[in-house]
Parts: sequence; C-alpha cells; structure tokens
Amino acid sequence: MATVGRALLIVAFAVALYGVGASLYGAFRGGHAWVDSGRRAVYALAGVLTLAFAIMEIAFLRSDFSFNVVATHSSTTTPTFYKATAAWSSQEGSLLLWVWLLSIWSSLALLITRRRVREVAPVATAVLMTFGAFFLMLTLFWANPFESLAQVPQEGTGLNPLLRHPAMMFHPPMLYSGYTLFSIPFAFAIGALVTRRLNAEWIVSTRRFALGAWLCLGIGIVLGARWSYTELGWGGYWAWDPVENASLLPWLTGTAFIHSIMIQERRGMLKVWNASLVLATGTLAILGTFLVRSGILDSIHAFGASTLGIPFLILIGAMVLGSVGLVTWRRADLRSEHQLDSLFSREAVFLLQNLILVALAFVVWWGTFFPLISEAVTGTRASVGPPWFDKYTVPLAFALVALSGIGPLIPWRRLTMASVRRGFVLPGAAALLTVLALLLVPGAWQEPKAAAFAGVVAFVLTSVGQELWRGMRARQASAREPAPVALAGVVRRNRRRYGGYVVHAGFAVLLLGVAVSSSFQHAKDVTLRPGQTARVDGFDIRYVRATARAEAEKISLGAVLDVSKDGKQVATLRTTRGFYPSQDISQGIVGRFFGGERESEVGLRAGFGRDIWTVIAPDLAPLTPIIERGNRTFRTAMVGIMSKPDGDQQQAVAQLYALRDAAVTAVARRWVTSPWPADFRFIVSPLATWIWIGAIITFLGGLLALWPAPATARRRVTAGYAARVARELARTTQ
Amino acid sequence: MELLIVFAVVLAVVAFVGMPLRGRARGLDPDAAARAELADLQAAKEAKYQEIRDAELDQRTGKLSRADHQLLDAELRTEAIALLKRIDALRARSDAAHTEAAEAESVTSPPAVG
Repeated sequence: MATVGRALLIVAFAVALYGVGASLYGAFRGGHAWVDSGRRAVYALAGVLTLAFAIMEIAFLRSDFSFNVVATHSSTTTPTFYKATAAWSSQEGSLLLWVWLLSIWSSLALLITRRRVREVAPVATAVLMTFGAFFLMLTLFWANPFESLAQVPQEGTGLNPLLRHPAMMFHPPMLYSGYTLFSIPFAFAIGALVTRRLNAEWIVSTRRFALGAWLCLGIGIVLGARWSYTELGWGGYWAWDPVENASLLPWLTGTAFIHSIMIQERRGMLKVWNASLVLATGTLAILGTFLVRSGILDSIHAFGASTLGIPFLILIGAMVLGSVGLVTWRRADLRSEHQLDSLFSREAVFLLQNLILVALAFVVWWGTFFPLISEAVTGTRASVGPPWFDKYTVPLAFALVALSGIGPLIPWRRLTMASVRRGFVLPGAAALLTVLALLLVPGAWQEPKAAAFAGVVAFVLTSVGQELWRGMRARQASAREPAPVALAGVVRRNRRRYGGYVVHAGFAVLLLGVAVSSSFQHAKDVTLRPGQTARVDGFDIRYVRATARAEAEKISLGAVLDVSKDGKQVATLRTTRGFYPSQDISQGIVGRFFGGERESEVGLRAGFGRDIWTVIAPDLAPLTPIIERGNRTFRTAMVGIMSKPDGDQQQAVAQLYALRDAAVTAVARRWVTSPWPADFRFIVSPLATWIWIGAIITFLGGLLALWPAPATARRRVTAGYAARVARELARTTQ
Repeated sequence: MELLIVFAVVLAVVAFVGMPLRGRARGLDPDAAARAELADLQAAKEAKYQEIRDAELDQRTGKLSRADHQLLDAELRTEAIALLKRIDALRARSDAAHTEAAEAESVTSPPAVG
C-alpha cells in the first residue's frame, strides 16, 4: 500500500495547487464557479489526506516494516496503543499529521463560512491551500512517510521509550491542531487585507477558530509539561527549552488576539494591532513547526538535524515580508473608527494586558533565539537559562494575573469611583487578608514574591467569584429561579463572558501552583541501600526493597519506597528505570539488552497540599563483569552452532535464545537478590497539583466560551434588542 | 489493484472539484461589494446589540450605576440606530439598482412572439 500512499500524496499536492489557482482566479476574474471549485478542492484535500493518513496508521498497527517509517519508529513488541501514536514520533509522519489536520480544520472553516465573508474567503482559501501545498511538497520531496524498503527487516527499531507516555498520544495532535487552527484567522486576515474588507465580519467568522486554536495549543503545552514532569526524570515541568518556548510564542500572541478582537468587534478600534497580532501568531505557529524540525537549536523535543530548514526559512520570510507589506499597504483602511473613551475602562485594561502578553512573547523569543543572535553578532554561541527567563517573565506574569482580576470588575467604556467601590472592595480585602494570613505561616516570608503572588491570586478568584455571584443574584431577581438554576442560566446566556472569567480563575490557580511549587520546593539527591532512609522536608523516605522485571520489551530495575512523617505512614512510592534492548550487536548477545534507550517511571504521590516525587537511577557498573562473561559464553556457543549442519542449526539457535533469555532475567534478578546502592532524586513540591487543576479549570472555561449559544436563545435575545432599537428608531424618525 | 484505487480516487476528486464548473458559468457578482458591506454592517449591528446586553448585565451586577447605565445605553442605542439606518439605506439602494436593471433588461429584450 506504500505505492497508493505515495500516489495519494501526489494527488493531494496537485489538488492543493489547483485550490490556490482556482480560488485566486475565481476571486479576481472567473467568478463564483471557480471559487466554489476552489473550496471543494479543500474538502477533496481533506478526503485524500484522510485516506493517506489511514494507510500510514494501518501500516503502523500491522507492523508493516516494508514502510521505512514503521521500521524505524515501531516494533512488534511496541504496545498497540503506542503503535498508533508512533506515526507522529517521526519527522515524516508528523508532517503528514500537520497537513492532514490543516485540511480538516480548513474544510470545517470554509464549510461554516460558505455563506459569509464571500469576498474574503477565496483569498483565505488560497492562503490555506498554499500552506497545504508547502507541507505536501515537504512530505513528497524531503520526508516521505511512504518510502518503502527494498529489504524488509524482521523487526523494527521501536518507539523512542521517552515517548511511551499517555500524554504523548495527544500532545502532538493538540499542538498541531493549535498551529493549524491559527492558520485560519491568519488566512482570513490576509484575505481581509487583500480585499479591504477589514471590518468586524471576518473576525466574527473566525474568532471561534482562534479560540479553538488557543485551547488546543494550550492543552498541547500542558500535556507536554505533564509528560516532562512524569517521564523525563528531572522533576520539572518547564525548562525553557527552545521547542517548549516555540509553542508558547503563538499561544501568548494568540491570547492577546482573542482579547483585543473584542474591542474591534465592538468599537472598530485596534485594527492595525489585531491584523499585526494575528499575522504574527500565524507566522509564529510556522516558526514553532520549523524549530522542531530544522535542528538549528538544541532541544530534547526536536527531531534532530534535517534539511527542512531552508524551505521553512523561505516560507517564514515570505510570511513576515508579506504581512508587513500588507499591513503597510492597507494602513489607511485600518484606521480606528473610535478613540479610547477613558484610560480607566475595560478596553484600556485589555490594551495593557495585550502589551504585557506581547512583551512576554518578545522575552521568550529573545531568550529562545539568543544562541543564534549571539553567534551572528559575536561568533560564539551563548545561551540563556531559566534564571534569565524567570527574571523577566515573573514580573510580567504577576502583572498579567493582576489584570485578569481587574478586567472583569471594570465596565466597558468608562469606570466611575462608585463602581470602583462596589467592585474592588471585596477582592482587595481578600488579597490583603491572604497576604496577612501568610505572615502566620512559618517560612512563607522567605519568599515574598510567592506571598505577593498568593495575594494577587486571591484577588482574581474573589473578583471572579463576585462576578458569578452578582450575575446569579441579578438572574434570581428577574427570573425568580433557585440559585443553581439562576447561575447556570446566567452563564449559559453569557458563555463568552463567564467562560473568560473561568479561564482567568484557572490561569491564576495554575500560576499559583507554579509560584509556590518552585519557591518552596525541596529537592535532594541521595544514594541509598535497601533499609536506609533519607529525610526531605520533614518526610522520612525509606528504601524498602529493590524490584526487577525482565520482559521482551524492556528490563525494569526499580525500588519500593515508604514515605512517613512523624512516624505516620504517608505513601508508598514505586519507581523504575527501564532499559530497552539495543539493535547494536557490537554490545554483545546479553549486553545489548541493557545497552539501548532508557526511560524513567516516576514514583509520585500527588496531593492537594504537596507532591512527593522520586526517581531512581540504578548504576549498572556492578553488572558489567557478569554481562561481559555472558557475552563471551554465548558468542562461543553461537560459533559452535554455526559449525553444525543446517538442519540442526535452527533448533540449536532456538535453544540458545531460550537460554539467553533466562540468563538476561537472571542478570536482572541480581538487582533484587544482591542489591547494591542506588541513586535517588527526591522532590517535595507544595501545591504542584494545582498547576494541573488550574490548567483543567482554564480549559473548561475556554470550552465554555467556545461552545455556541443555542440558536433559538441567540435569536430570541437578538430579536429582543432589535425590537427595542427599532422602536427607538421609529421614535427618532417621526 | 493499487492502480485501480488511485484511479478511482483521482476520478472522484476530479468529479467533485470540477462539479461547479460544469454548470452554467457564473461570472463575477456585481452585487458583491454591496453584499459584503451589508454583511459588515450586520456584524457591527450584532456586536452593538451584544454591547447593549453587556451594559445591561454590568448594571444588574453592580458595575454600572443606574445613571451611568442610562447614559451609556442611550449612547449605544444611538449607535445601533445609526447602523440600522445605514443598513436600510444600503438595502434601498440595492433594491433600486435591481429594479433599474430589470427595467433596462425588459426594454432591451425583444418582445416575445406569441
């Protein structure tokens, strides 16, 4: 089926090119029939790529090693769940996933907007299909997932052990969904600029896609952080790695965009700013994709060095120059229709928040690209680490969280002293009380930044709670409903507003978790024998016993640990280090079972108060003489077998392999029968779980804001206001 | 077999994508600009209604005093009325253009021979 796959990619490439041509010809010369045909080309692209992607997935699930990509990224021993996800652990498969998702989301966007933004849509279609053609060109000429092998191997290399984590099933598809969904407002912005339809309609038509992109990218980032926390064995969730940063950049500018478009929708303001933001976000999404694939910056998450850098640089260059040129060309059409009424209004808060988000994005961009910048300027590659990022991002994040609490309290257009009194007293008091209460907690003032952060978070949570309470009371007063029904009713009728508030609350909780867990974290690296105990942040952690398991897929050496505090048992932790077999036969018949990739299974006791985290790093040095003896013995036996007649050889090899497996198991068992000291890392992080809880709240809020209001309710509300304004209109024209 | 699958896919794609081109050719839409402007105004009107709703909710939740709300509401309603007037004017212009075009067509068309 590899031939069918390759042919489908060629068909898809031709369809994408046709889509670009037909849409542009239809927009400027040919008329509706060509525009319709161009739009259908997007649907057809989605269909063809779905078939191609299905062929690749089936090849992975069937362990069809005639596909090079399957042979190098999967194996028969890989669990089925991970066989399905192995497709996007490769450069080739992930490029196909990218363009497939682009075709799906583009089809959805064009289907929804087929009766709207008629002038803008054909140009947007051409832009989306240009992205499609670009990625298909890469899969056809640089990294073809359907490349087949002349000699089919018996077994594949297997999936990188670090990627065998449930979060990895969803992390790349969510990230790519975020990137490709951001292509949609980007494409429509280009269309609006080219056709000079720069009012609110293109924004109204694509804002849900921007919000969807923000949501998917955010979930992808958090899944990546969770994977890092529970799989990478260093105990952190964010390392300011270039690839992590690359995904954060469009998320930050996208966050700014979904806030500032509200001002353009309502007041016709900030048109230049919004166009620039969405164009920057689209470009940063491609930049993120480029960073993972080009190998220009060192990262644990990257695919390594490749030749994809040049085509990506050309695309990014064209996007930057085209965006700047278009905004400059249309600057007269992008003039604001109104001025800011007051510096103390929700619009002003949004603007300030936008500036902070863009400043954050700039800091992250500068730190990420500093190695390249320093190399270009000084000839020496220098990089900046987490302390540099923290120095600038912490105060900016602090201001951002504070604004996310202030924004909901301020009305649109103008703020009066009376509304300051009504809105700010309770949240302000909550913030003050929180900070004062922290005075009573021993050690809290050693980290004043964390204490101040807790105060700001209390402000945000109280302001959001107050808004929900007041909304509910207002609904109760008018509809005479019980409290829960009234709350559900007011939220249902104002999903965008209250969904946004829930996002603010979740984000504040998330950042509180980050601030407290990093400020008050206790970490310790120790070497223990079974029976020995280490003390970390008041917890006694005892190494109870060693564990070992030998399976076809990997050998796991681990430990069971008992955690107690003041003599009371708190938790039992289990951590292992997995050793995957190597394909390198030079490591010996026994040695190769210990010489492949390695991965850690973290022992974690997560709680609302604190996480107790541990990882083991067994030292294999004591096993080396035994492994070498095994290598020599089995090599000699194998040489003996090779001198036997053909008929006896097969049976002898099977017997030898059975003996080898028993020997490998016995070697691994020595970890349990004659245990030697093991290295452990213990981390106690207060409130770390709140990072994930905050993320879940944030995304639930995003989902609430994204969820469309029921059509009948929307029509009823609109009709009510329309009738009211029409009555007013009749009165003014009498 | 593989060739057959690819051929079937190509055939289906060509038929599906080319379908709009097989019908009567539809040229550029002369009303496109007016329709686009109308769509923009409709979007602006919906946004204005949303603003009115938000202001009302702001008043009910205590962010705006009754006096401030009355002032803002009047301002928003004036803006909404201005938008409705622009929508009506655009519709009237569009209708007039259609009537003119229909009359011109009836004058230039040869009389039907019965």
